[in-house]
Order: sequence, then C-alpha cells, then structure tokens
Amino acid sequence: MSDFEPKVVAFVCNWCTYAGADLTGTSRIKYASNVKIIRFPCTGRIDFMLLLKAFANGADGIIVSGCHPNDCHYTSGNFHAKRRWIMFKELMDFMGVDMNRVTFSWVSAAEGAKWADVVNTTVTKIRELGPYVSYKELVNKSVEEEVKND
Amino acid sequence: MTSLIIRAKELLENKTVQVVIGYEAGPTGVARPAFITDPAKAESLIYDERCVQNLAVYLTKREVKNIGKMAIVATLPVMRSIMMLISEQQLFADNIVVLGISADGKLLDIADNKVMQGYIEKSDLSNPEKYKGLLTEFNKLSPEEKFLYWQKELSKCIKCYACRQACPMCYCTRCTVEVNQPQWIPVKANTHGNMEWHILRAMHLAGRCISCGECGRACPVGIPCHLLTMHLTDQVYNYFKVYAGTSEKMSSVLSTYEPNDKESFII
Ligand code: SF4
Ligand code: SF4
Ligand code: SF4
Ligand code: FES
Repeated sequence: MSDFEPKVVAFVCNWCTYAGADLTGTSRIKYASNVKIIRFPCTGRIDFMLLLKAFANGADGIIVSGCHPNDCHYTSGNFHAKRRWIMFKELMDFMGVDMNRVTFSWVSAAEGAKWADVVNTTVTKIRELGPYVSYKELVNKSVEEEVKND
Repeated sequence: MTSLIIRAKELLENKTVQVVIGYEAGPTGVARPAFITDPAKAESLIYDERCVQNLAVYLTKREVKNIGKMAIVATLPVMRSIMMLISEQQLFADNIVVLGISADGKLLDIADNKVMQGYIEKSDLSNPEKYKGLLTEFNKLSPEEKFLYWQKELSKCIKCYACRQACPMCYCTRCTVEVNQPQWIPVKANTHGNMEWHILRAMHLAGRCISCGECGRACPVGIPCHLLTMHLTDQVYNYFKVYAGTSEKMSSVLSTYEPNDKESFII
C-alpha cells in the first residue's frame, strides 16, 4: 500500500476557504498536493449529492469547508449548511458510509496555515485508512449490474 | 364505525364538504382508500386495524382537490401530515375538515386546527414502538455490517418510486430523480444508484417525515426504506428537539437554523 496516493476532493466556498487556500499559496506554505479544490459561491450551495458523486468518481477522502459561523458572505448559508451536514453525517453513519473520510471545517480568508493543516491532517488520515475500496467495489458492481440487465 | 358514517353523511348532506376521504373494504376485504361524494355512499366507510394507509397523500392530488372542500379520516400520522402540508403552503386549513381518529379507534371531535394542534401536542410523537426496537438493534451493527445490509436491501430496488408516491411529503411536481440536467440519479436501477436515490429521498425528508411508515409499506420488494427517514426523525429530535408536523407555523429543520446549533465534528 506504500504507493497509495490518496485522492482528496475539497468543496470550498469562494469567500473564505478558497481565499484562505490562496493565502496558503502566497505565504509559500507547503502542503500535500493530493487535494483537488472545487470552488462554490457558498457552503450553502454544496449539495450533499456532490459528496456522493466525488466518492463515486474515485475520491478516497473529501473536505468541505467555508466561512466561520457569522462570517458567511450571504449571512446564513453556512448555518443552513451546518444543519444539513449534521443530518447527512447521521444518515451516512446509519448506512455505513465511512464518514472518517470526510472532513468538515471552517477556514477563513486569513487562515492560510489552518488550510494547510486541514489538508495535511485529512491526507494523513486517508493514507492510514487506505483507498476507499468498499465504495469503489459498490460502484464497479453497479456498472456490471447495468451491463447484465441490458 | 357508525359515528364516523353519521358525521361523514352529515358533512356531505349539508354541503360543508364535497368529498370525504376515508377507507372502505375492497372486494377481497383489504382496506382501500375511498373518496365519497354521495351522502348515500357514506355507509361504506370503515375504520378498523386494516386501515393503515396514510391518506394525507391524496390531499395534494389535483384530481381530489378539484372536487372541492375535503374531509379526511385522520389518525395521528395523518393529522401531522396535514400540519406539515399547511406549514409548507400545500394545503389551506379552511379547505379541510378533519375526522380525527384516536389511538384506540374512536372518532375525535376536531373542531379546528387549534384543537388538532392540542391533540398532536399531547400525543407521543417519537417513532412508533414497533420501529424503535428495529432501529436500536440496527444501530448496534458495525459500519461494515450496515454498509453491506443496505447494499443487499437496495440491490432489490426496482426504482418504481412507490415509496415516494406513498409519502404525503413527497409532493414535488418535479422530483429530483426526474431531473436530467444534470442527471443526479441514474435512470436504471443499480445498487449504487439506488443507494444515491435513497440518500436523496431521506435527506429531503429530514425534519419533515412524520413516521407513518407508508414508504416502507408501499415498497413492492420489502425494502425498509422508512428506517432511513425514521432514523433521521430520531436525530432531528436528538439535535434540535423538534418533531415534524406539530403546528401550522413551524418551519422544517433544514429550512431554518439557530446560530448556536451544536455539533462536534466541524474543525
Ligand atoms: S424525493 Fe425529494 S424531490 Fe422527490 S418528491 Fe420527495 S421531496 Fe420531492
Ligand atoms: S418518509 Fe415514509 S415514514 Fe416518513 S412521512 Fe414519508 S411515507 Fe411516512
Ligand atoms: S418502493 Fe421500493 S422498489 Fe420502489 S423505488 Fe422505493 S425502495 Fe425502490
Ligand atoms: S460564503 Fe462562505 S460559507 Fe457562505
């Protein structure tokens, strides 16, 4: 498993975490390059279905991040998102989807160092957990089912 | 149930309502929904242990709504569905008469929505006993066992969407599963796509499900999909201390927030 490189997808809001990640770069802080960042207007726009699509397309880990509470550019997007994440997490736990692979965080535009930390911690954790084999197997099996049913 | 029949007849005769939604015995003795418009036919109404379907699903159907003002035979889950539908502006309180049925099968005198709210508030709103045990047992499984369990169950799903059709809260004229730009859920049935469909459905019902169990009863292949929404009902109470369908003013949990909502996993 030593050659395993975790694939991590990060869903972040434009106004805080994306700017924070920019700051990480301009501050020349080094961090794991395993993360692919996808920018959204706000955490309120990060549909839970997108997280499932990330896993379905081969992600081993996911980061979801936005403005700290009270700092959302749209006032309350992150408060709504927080409730949704709570419910989503509970549902995933109930269905046995591995939520240790998903990091939720608040990273502000000033927290370049925190962003590096969030990514590094997540990547280290996923490295320990290994590739998300059971989910990939489920997806592959489903492709076979479709072929068989045709 | 004579008291129910008398009341239904009365409502139709004096034209307070144009249709009474209730149960009647079908040819094989199975209870089926009845839409009574003629006072003379009120005789066929029944209420006994066979009558389990959540009739509130018909309140948002155009074919029924168009008949006129509606009366509905309503057990606790139906009353809670009515509250949800009013709070979501799918139903007008003035357009409906509730023929409430108590837990022991007696006709209640529900004069208006205030009375109904009072009745709901003093009832036990947690998941029905028979599902509670199942949920507790299921929660003891390991994550791997849970994942395998749902894979096995959901591999049977034929995507007939009966679970959605049977649910009073799934009234969307264009359900996300029918949206194809983008195509969120694959059209064909396969285990992974079925799982995505059920996650989507459960999330849409978080804080809106009133634990009637109709989705699970409707499923032709016996998938206990009601456990997903009922688990979220438990969690909604656990985190936010509310149950769905208790007043016509409430907003569902996911359409509102409190600044100090507590969680323990966001870093
Ligand atoms: S599953 Fe969601 S989109 Fe579809 S009818 Fe139910 S609530 Fe509406
Ligand atoms: S999700 Fe199922 S149990 Fe909940 S309200 Fe709808 S039909 Fe009833
Ligand atoms: S009713 Fe059963 S088979 Fe039909 S879509 Fe729902 S879970 Fe699948
Ligand atoms: S804009 Fe960042 S969370 Fe809303």
